[in-house]
Amino acid sequence: MRVSTRVYGEIDIDERQRVSFPSGILGFEKFTEYALLDARQKPFFYLQSLEVPDVAFILIDPFLCRSDYSLDMSDEALAEIGVADPEDAVVFSIVTAPADGSPITANLMGPLIISKSKRRGMQAVLADPRWRVKHDIMAELAVSRK
Amino acid sequence: MLILSRRVNEKIVIGDNVVVSVIEVRGDQVKIGIEAPKSVKVYREEVFEAIQDENRRAAAASLDRLPSIELPK
Repeated sequence: MRVSTRVYGEIDIDERQRVSFPSGILGFEKFTEYALLDARQKPFFYLQSLEVPDVAFILIDPFLCRSDYSLDMSDEALAEIGVADPEDAVVFSIVTAPADGSPITANLMGPLIISKSKRRGMQAVLADPRWRVKHDIMAELAVSRK
Repeated sequence: MLILSRRVNEKIVIGDNVVVSVIEVRGDQVKIGIEAPKSVKVYREEVFEAIQDENRRAAAASLDRLPSIELPK
């Protein structure tokens, strides 16, 4: 499938890279079809809207930022995206990389959860006060490696 | 918008399976109990808005500025 992307221009993607977000992503509810792409640099990924090339996000594995990261999701919530077994779920955090050079942050409060088998995703809203919308990635890594 | 008055311990029923109760009123703070099926998402508005705003900031930010991270082996 040929798609227009914000970072790579026009590229071909495999069907297996497609992910649907039936309820959208908060603030972007109108868009439900995305592609998960490798970023130019590990361990980052891009979530590219297939409907609007300008809508794209950087993603990272939140467990890399914080080894003590955890999320408690109800089976009902996970069933919405077809996750029956925790092994089937993969979790990402959306990264904000401000152009003005201020710290690059990961949103650990609103993780994206994707069913690997169904390729369907959702954005969760966590109530745990430890997780905020902005965690300075480099600062968290520096702390965790001490 | 529907606006109605309730006293402490009085309830509002929404649809077939959502019940909102006024548990306590103290000054300008109201403690509210919400009984709803797990499939109904209930959030404090500011939490919801914080995530929306952060998503918009993330989408508007740079996609090329990726820090180099040393991955654990």
